[in-house]
Amino acid sequence: MASGKKTGGVAGIWLDDHELMVAAEKVRHAGYKHFDAIAPFPVHGLEEACGVKRSSIPYVTFVAGCTGLAAGLALTWWTSAIDWALNVGGKPFVSGPAFVPIMFELTILFAALASVGAMFVFARLPKIDPPIIDPDLTSHKFAIFIPENEVNYDAGRAEQLLKSLGAVETKRISEY
Amino acid sequence: MASTTHHEQHETARKPLILGNKTYKDISDDLCQPIETFPTKQWFGLFFSAKALFVFYLIHIAIIVGTGMGLLGVNHPIGWGTMIITFVFWVGIGHAGTLISAVLFLFRQKWRTGVARSAEAMTVFAVMTAGIFPLIHTGRPWLDFWLLPYPNQRGPLWVNFRSPLLWDVFAVSTYATVSMVFWYVGMVPDLATVRDRAKTKLRRLIYGALSLGWRGSVREWSHWEMLTLILSGLATPLVLSVHTIVSFDFAVSMLPGWHTTIFPPYFVAGAIFSGFGMVVTLLTLVRIGFPQMKDYITIDHMEVMNKIIMATGLLVGYAYCSEFFIAWYSQNPYEVYTFVNRATGPYAWSYWIMFSCNVFIPQLFWSKKVRRSIPWMFAISIFVNIGMWFERFVITVTSLHRDFLPSSWGMYAWSWFDTAILFGSFGMFLTIFLLYLRVIPAVAIAEVKTVLPVGRKKQGGGH
Repeated sequence: MASGKKTGGVAGIWLDDHELMVAAEKVRHAGYKHFDAIAPFPVHGLEEACGVKRSSIPYVTFVAGCTGLAAGLALTWWTSAIDWALNVGGKPFVSGPAFVPIMFELTILFAALASVGAMFVFARLPKIDPPIIDPDLTSHKFAIFIPENEVNYDAGRAEQLLKSLGAVETKRISEY
Repeated sequence: MASTTHHEQHETARKPLILGNKTYKDISDDLCQPIETFPTKQWFGLFFSAKALFVFYLIHIAIIVGTGMGLLGVNHPIGWGTMIITFVFWVGIGHAGTLISAVLFLFRQKWRTGVARSAEAMTVFAVMTAGIFPLIHTGRPWLDFWLLPYPNQRGPLWVNFRSPLLWDVFAVSTYATVSMVFWYVGMVPDLATVRDRAKTKLRRLIYGALSLGWRGSVREWSHWEMLTLILSGLATPLVLSVHTIVSFDFAVSMLPGWHTTIFPPYFVAGAIFSGFGMVVTLLTLVRIGFPQMKDYITIDHMEVMNKIIMATGLLVGYAYCSEFFIAWYSQNPYEVYTFVNRATGPYAWSYWIMFSCNVFIPQLFWSKKVRRSIPWMFAISIFVNIGMWFERFVITVTSLHRDFLPSSWGMYAWSWFDTAILFGSFGMFLTIFLLYLRVIPAVAIAEVKTVLPVGRKKQGGGH
């Protein structure tokens, strides 16, 4: 998988998502561990084919949601009953049911914003002007990129493998 | 892959979601065309009309803020008028987008891909339009930050968390934030598509910044898909909570006609009803303005939305009748009077406009021909929106104008400024929506490609 540092390598281009998935699986079986697959839309099953682990965003969501819930309770309780307790229409200072909407909304708000933040961190976004292999990869072409930091990397052999898996075009990339 | 054959049978049994045997490249070309070409005369015509209305709106808002709320028809006993009615109207419209993008995503309704982007955009713009009203209705909008619980030097005197109006502050601002973020995250891959097609440096720079350096790597897609799922899961209860809490503004008070337990579901059903009405209005126009969109926003999609309009219209009709029944069944004289007064009193005309537009007119959708006819659905969707504005008028004004004591009865003093802000708000909404159509792909390019059946069948593969 592409790391933070820019590396060179070899890229193959496909024109079909299903062929890309089959090829990705074979590249993985050929022993490559850091390769990347690029597609213009989410191809179902591509993660499994590339051996990418399930995203861990849900854990962040859960923790942030609990934090939001606690923050909602703390905010309403502390302001209404502790810091400046006001008698409003004879209602109790800790008006549990009345605080539920605030706690609910803050749960959702914290969970949603933290999940978005987590995606940015996990997917290493935003990137400033990253090098791209082919501008059509966000439109109608698909690619597999094998970086040069793979163990026993050999550009010629990698190129050969991608071609044998049906790549319509292969490219030597100086940085990705 | 045993599931493959099953999957394919399933797919061929249904009508295609995208017409015209498109390739992936055709989809990118079709959907980027509106933002890569110079706008047409029709677009300019619509835009300048909307813009003029928007300026008209701003002028009237400025006069109201400068002079005072007394310019509107609000008086004693009707303290809530056009501002609150129109606020609820626009927030309600803002419900369909999240429903389409989140709830239908969880239910795996693939037809949503063609309409989700524009529906979400409509949601964001409708909530923006709505948010202005309560802020001005406070009377002194420059002090609106008092609505937020922040440490201050007046005690600190905190906001009253027992008030439904404050719940509304939290609900609407959370909803605005989450729906905007959801919408933006969903369009990042499409903005990258536009960036990579850019012919000029400036265009590449702007869309490059907006797309955050998205490259479509497998890891990016994996996290993106997980985030879409999670935000859908969070937005689903959120969208239900927002109009529930808006209904609490009324239901938690002790006024006959407001103090009922049916309000939350009744408001949510009405919100979805009006939201889909507005989606149909806008998408029929998008189809006319950009003919290539007809392959993505198909008549089948429009028909499904018309079915939802009919179903939620029936729910709303049920709520109207149920309210009446409960009022009679409770034998509470004030409650009974309020409902009889709604249907036969001085505001009976508004009640019957509401009833006709929301309950009788959508019944035309029982006919398949009407459901699939663009002129019919356009006309009906306009009636739905008129009806839903009047529903909020009926709820707000008729309950307030005659409450417990006949000595405090009165009528709403509708003024020129009420008319101005009601119509002007459409200028704001349409201006933003028309700009949106020219700068952001109006159909989710990446998501639409996932429901294209041809690419996979040709290869005999599947997933």
